[in-house]
Amino acid sequence: MKNHVWRPLYIVLAVVVLVLLAQYIIVPKDFGIGERGYMYGWHRKGNEAEWKAVKVKYKTSEYCKGCHRDKYDDIKSSPHAAIMCEDCHGPALDHPKDPPTLTIDYSRELCVRCHFYLPYQTSGRGKIRGINPETHHPEAECTMCHYPHNPKREATR
Amino acid sequence: MINRRDFCKKTMIMVGGLALPLAAFELFDPKTLRAEKTDTEKVRWVFLVDTHKCVGCGMCVKACKIENETPYDANVTRTWVERYVITRDGKVHIDSPKGARDGFKTGKIDIGGGKFEDIKPEEIDKAFFVPKLCNQCDNPPCVQVCPVGATYQTADGVVLVDREWCIGCGYCIMGCPYGVRFFHPVYRVAEKCNFCYHRITKGMKTACVDACPFDARRVGNIKDPADPVTKIIMTERVNILKEEYGTKPQVFYLGLTKEVK
Repeated sequence: MKNHVWRPLYIVLAVVVLVLLAQYIIVPKDFGIGERGYMYGWHRKGNEAEWKAVKVKYKTSEYCKGCHRDKYDDIKSSPHAAIMCEDCHGPALDHPKDPPTLTIDYSRELCVRCHFYLPYQTSGRGKIRGINPETHHPEAECTMCHYPHNPKREATR
Repeated sequence: MINRRDFCKKTMIMVGGLALPLAAFELFDPKTLRAEKTDTEKVRWVFLVDTHKCVGCGMCVKACKIENETPYDANVTRTWVERYVITRDGKVHIDSPKGARDGFKTGKIDIGGGKFEDIKPEEIDKAFFVPKLCNQCDNPPCVQVCPVGATYQTADGVVLVDREWCIGCGYCIMGCPYGVRFFHPVYRVAEKCNFCYHRITKGMKTACVDACPFDARRVGNIKDPADPVTKIIMTERVNILKEEYGTKPQVFYLGLTKEVK
């Protein structure tokens, strides 16, 4: 066949080779079909490890127990037993190394998350002892009168 | 000159060749076969939400945002809590100010645009809170629509987003019927709840489960018959969201009503 027929074909072939080459360079080597097959598992395998390596910030009360056993026992024997330390004290991160001290949330806003009374009898909220923060000593911090680790006891601050 | 016999032969070969789809060759890939035919996984993460227990404190939302580094003041969150108030006149009032990051500290319903609707306690028929998060569907539509393979499902059922590979086209955000996906304001890629994959794979619970003082949220492994969450899902009357979409969501709810969408 004549040359002018072949020339466009060479160009097409060159483009195909270029695309394949670019794919070979750009697409990571661990990219492929995962355990969930073509439809749901098409991914870069290395990304799973990246997500697993995200830093844990909330270490849970069991971590706090190691050093603060007294406070742990205090709250665990009170009606507030189910509240995790870090809900009020903030995430432990690498405490005590970094940060050396945690910022405790003493604000009324924290307590009224549960204790602002809402008349919702079909939900757990309606069964919690609640107040109206506008009329219930609006000038004071809750912890002035109530001991948060055991609301049955009086404040120690 | 081609004779009739050769013509028929070549026609048959050509038709046969055209009819053979590319996918037919995949049959010979044993890896693909194994992935599609066998299900030997020991773990499949599921979630259980008890709407009776939830009080709308929003501790879960706060913990989630800090744990997963979602910008705290941006109006996006991986998990949120909705309030449903159904009044005697049959109206359904739903709100979730800031995703309930700071809880619900007023009886007024946030109707948007800085406006609030007051509801008298004696008008309330039903009122409750519904926590929402990614359903980690068995048939995730968000994964199907991804054109680049940046979002995918792991062997243990969690749908993840590859931040390096995502091009930010937003198809998955549109594709999710539950609206759990959003653009991460810092990384500028699709973002979603992944059951705190870094925690559950270390034997911990998700940040929202740990932060919940009322046991309203629980995470479990449905492949383990001894798991307390599995036992509840198998024996109690649990419900799922938007079953009609066929997504097979794996977040199960106790105490849903028809008003919950």
